[in-house]
Amino acid sequence: MMPVILWTDALVWLLVAVIVLSGFYMRSKPHLREPWQRVIRSRTGMSALVVLLAFVLIGLLDSLHFREALPDQTQGGEVHYSGEVMSVFDKLVGPLRTRVEKTYSAPFSAWLYMKEMVERPDGSQVLDYPRLEHGAAHLADPVTERDADIARRLGLATLQTLLCMALLGLATAALVARRYRLDLRAALGLSLRGGTALPLPALLLTLTVLIWLLFAAVNLAGAYHVFGTDKVGQDVFYQALKSIRTGLIIGTLTTLIMLPFAVLLGIMAGYFRGWVDDVIQYLYTTLNSIPGVLLIAAAVLMMQVYVDTHPELFETMAERADLRLLFLCIILGVTSWTGLCRMLRGETLKLREMDYIQAATAFGVPNFVVILRHILPNVMHIVLIAVVLDFSGLVLAEAVLSYVGVGVDPTMNSWGNMINRARLEMAREPMVWWSLLAAFIFMFTLVLAANLFSDVVRDAFDPRLREQRG
Amino acid sequence: MLAYILRRVLYALPILIGVNLITFALFFVVNTPDDMARMHLGMKRVTPEAIERWKDEHGYNMPLLYNAESGGLDSLTETIFFEKSVKLFAFQFGQSDSGRDIGHDIRQRMWPSLLIALPTLLLGLVVYLSFALLLAFFRGSYIDIGGVVLCIILMSISALFYIIGGQYLVGKMLHLVPISGFDTGWQALKFTILPVLIGVVAAIGSNGRFYRAIFLEELGRDYVRTARAKGTSEPRLMFRHVLKNAMIPVLTNIVVILPLLFMGSLIMESFFGIPGLGSYTIDAIQNQDFAIVRSMVFLGSVLYILGLLLTDISYTLVDPRIRLS
Repeated sequence: MMPVILWTDALVWLLVAVIVLSGFYMRSKPHLREPWQRVIRSRTGMSALVVLLAFVLIGLLDSLHFREALPDQTQGGEVHYSGEVMSVFDKLVGPLRTRVEKTYSAPFSAWLYMKEMVERPDGSQVLDYPRLEHGAAHLADPVTERDADIARRLGLATLQTLLCMALLGLATAALVARRYRLDLRAALGLSLRGGTALPLPALLLTLTVLIWLLFAAVNLAGAYHVFGTDKVGQDVFYQALKSIRTGLIIGTLTTLIMLPFAVLLGIMAGYFRGWVDDVIQYLYTTLNSIPGVLLIAAAVLMMQVYVDTHPELFETMAERADLRLLFLCIILGVTSWTGLCRMLRGETLKLREMDYIQAATAFGVPNFVVILRHILPNVMHIVLIAVVLDFSGLVLAEAVLSYVGVGVDPTMNSWGNMINRARLEMAREPMVWWSLLAAFIFMFTLVLAANLFSDVVRDAFDPRLREQRG
Repeated sequence: MLAYILRRVLYALPILIGVNLITFALFFVVNTPDDMARMHLGMKRVTPEAIERWKDEHGYNMPLLYNAESGGLDSLTETIFFEKSVKLFAFQFGQSDSGRDIGHDIRQRMWPSLLIALPTLLLGLVVYLSFALLLAFFRGSYIDIGGVVLCIILMSISALFYIIGGQYLVGKMLHLVPISGFDTGWQALKFTILPVLIGVVAAIGSNGRFYRAIFLEELGRDYVRTARAKGTSEPRLMFRHVLKNAMIPVLTNIVVILPLLFMGSLIMESFFGIPGLGSYTIDAIQNQDFAIVRSMVFLGSVLYILGLLLTDISYTLVDPRIRLS
């Protein structure tokens, strides 16, 4: 096995490190810790966060790539590696990736979408819907047995979930008991009534739903194509799961790339004023006046030409697709830093007139230190709100950009690509709707969770909103 | 007033020059015309002669910035920068890579775009304002909370699904209006119904919340308290005082996008097959027609800057405090 570190992987793990570090940083600052505690106490916020973390977990597992060693042919010789880049997530879901049918098939179907010549047991040939190779292949007579089989598997999932939640509930109660110095029964009662600082009932409910979905998926996806198969027979459920990584990367890396520009330039413009301010204002007004989609389209087109005329730079297909994703993030980042920059400039303009900063300047504290010690911590809440608010918009933008033809690589799994491919099949009768459904469910869940979470974060951090509440 | 407008126009000029330089750098410096020619001719069997011929046909066979071969002023004008970028200032868009006159196409295609975009804007304004006013009127009640939750849910659905769902439901299942296409004259109207409706519905979530926030901000102001103290009834307060004052941020928000309506909406137009500037741009992107994309980038920026200018002017008309600064 040879680990492969794609560019986006490296940046994703860098981002994780940044988040962990800023977590520690914010713990040490009371003015940032206090709003977070508000978030932690919010039922909506915590439920949304659990859902987001479930997505993030899948995305992170999908960001550990490697190339498998080919079975050793020459004894004792050099080890060769497969050209296919796999991730830990691929390994975990195993058969989901490899169980490929011939072409379309509906969700939970046992038959192919299109008629083919099928050989009867007596040797004659008829035009009929052939059985799938993998979907519902374990059933002798799908017409009568299938529904009962699905119900049995779902029942099993429910049992497993109940068992799991019972254990989890006990563990939580034990923790609560230790924290509040209660006996186990009182602790259980307290957590179920919602008497703890963490909104435990809401959290446990969300977890129950998620764990049930997990077990249902594990039980069903092994025997059926839960969301059907696409044109080349690939499992749509697998595609939708793989698309999570793409969506998350676009939503987060773009911000990671944009932040240094926005923060540095915004604070510099507001702090130094004069010609620095003029230059930076000119820069972002100019970039801002090009309509976003057009600028992105133009930049991506140029990137495409570059990639196509320099094929020698990329070793594997995955690397090429990955680099294109990274470029897309960079382009989105370059076009989207202007809004945050303007906000930071305005806030810094206000801050630099504050007494404590005037005092620091009067004492001869160097500009660099003033910015780092006094200004940066006081604009952090704006940065945080912007980061969280931008995320869902970027996930949605990916779909639109892929539709326009300037999104991620067509070979890459993404919800936008799924929608785009399915759109061409809308006219078919009966309609091929399952790819759309899968993309819709996954995108909607992620974006809804992100929207709810960002609302809670904004309410907790925005001083203006806090004043309104009194 | 005239001096003020003149000053704003002069201020817009360097921004336009900046946009022009960015597009030039993006289209001609990142990739040379040779790269573009190779892209258009396909990867296989590209001879240097074929590349030269392609460049010759499309007017790219010039130096980028300085032509040493021709003397005098020509050494600056017979360059790609002058021919392809500077001429944009005079709205001479030149020929597309497939040989069509871009200026003519734009003049023809902006009207269908406007036919979709303007009704969407107006109908949307009425719908969003009434919705937001309703929520603000019942602020804090279950109607308000339910409305906000609905807004968040609607915001979380991709625009693509609104279009696909709308086309399927209204066009394919109910057979009420044609799914896509366009026609001339009055016949065009029946093709605009579905895109306009979907355009309005798709943006209810974000706009409803946005306008609600504006109304709530107005409701927190002092004049509202005074009006209440005078004994103004709540409905009268909402319509006579709050709505009127909230119109200032609403209207100035809309003035910015007015000129951009000519550009149309990229995905709307291509889904519904409307021959406007939006689908023009999408086709150009998909056919990798760089000349058209370049023109549209410039045109879009001009219209946006025009919008900013109109906003500044409308601010001074609405709010006398700003005029003097």
